[in-house]
Amino acid sequence: MKHGMEIAVAALIIVFAAVFLFQDAAIRASLGEGEEAWGGADGAAADLIEASGYEPWIEPFWAPPSGEVESLLFALQAAIGAVIIGYVFGYWRASRKTA
Amino acid sequence: MHIMEGFLPSPWWQVWFLVSLPFIIIGLYQINKLVQEKREALPLLAVAGAFVFVLSSLKLPSFNGSCSHPTGTGLGAVLFGPCIAAVLGLIVLVFQAVFLAHGGITTLGANVFSMGIAGPAVAYLIYKVGTRAGANTYATVFVAAALADLATYVVTSVQLALAFPGTAGFLGAFSAFAAIFAVTQVPLAIIEGAVIMLVFKYIVQLKPEILTRLNLLSESTIKKLQEAAA
Repeated sequence: MKHGMEIAVAALIIVFAAVFLFQDAAIRASLGEGEEAWGGADGAAADLIEASGYEPWIEPFWAPPSGEVESLLFALQAAIGAVIIGYVFGYWRASRKTA
Repeated sequence: MHIMEGFLPSPWWQVWFLVSLPFIIIGLYQINKLVQEKREALPLLAVAGAFVFVLSSLKLPSFNGSCSHPTGTGLGAVLFGPCIAAVLGLIVLVFQAVFLAHGGITTLGANVFSMGIAGPAVAYLIYKVGTRAGANTYATVFVAAALADLATYVVTSVQLALAFPGTAGFLGAFSAFAAIFAVTQVPLAIIEGAVIMLVFKYIVQLKPEILTRLNLLSESTIKKLQEAAA
């Protein structure tokens, strides 16, 4: 099959999204007032360490001032990568056609 | 897998810097050699680095109510080996530590080791063993990339458990950290493996001569793979 792998990967991503939606409904139903699920695992580990009484000995010298600025920078990071991938693959494809 | 700024006490942050340093030096040396001897592979190196940029910026929700991100280092590791992958990981981790307060400067050594060295080393070994054993190339890439992702998070758990054994001891602390990191990561690792497998297929289709130049695949294997996709 010509696009067998693409179909398999797409199916996998759909299953992944479906599991998320299903779990999200279950988790939201069990959340108390003011609680929020789907936090980052990095932060959860930091919380676990702080719960033992440890204080980080140094703070980041700069942190994004809000969630919006943080998501801007994350989107920028992804965009930089995507532009490079698209450029190189497009270049290869076009030079193959003209060769 | 990011250990946040200040969350590794002395001597651990220095230890991980020292452990990671030789890999970075060898990686820079190898990139230098690549630039001089195999210039045509440079766009592929850019793609491998760009892949780490994209995948490590995507925080995906897992099944257990928390989010984590894939690493994307499996591709660079399979193509160029773990030392060059370490340099790619370092670039991304510096970007995230400086601009996003994600990870940190003092924990950079530990984060480079888990994401840039340990994970890629696993991917590299699996790819080498798999291709030598004659396993399906795409299946090998899938397993290599997925286990590289998972290994990164297992190593982060080890690093934190070493620094914070608490009252439970190393093993108790390890299972607590692994419950946060590694369990969340299992579905993300599978997705990452699948995506990298797909990208590898496109490289085989578009630029197979680079793969033979890097001694990754023989011409006969590439022919077989291309015929299967046609």
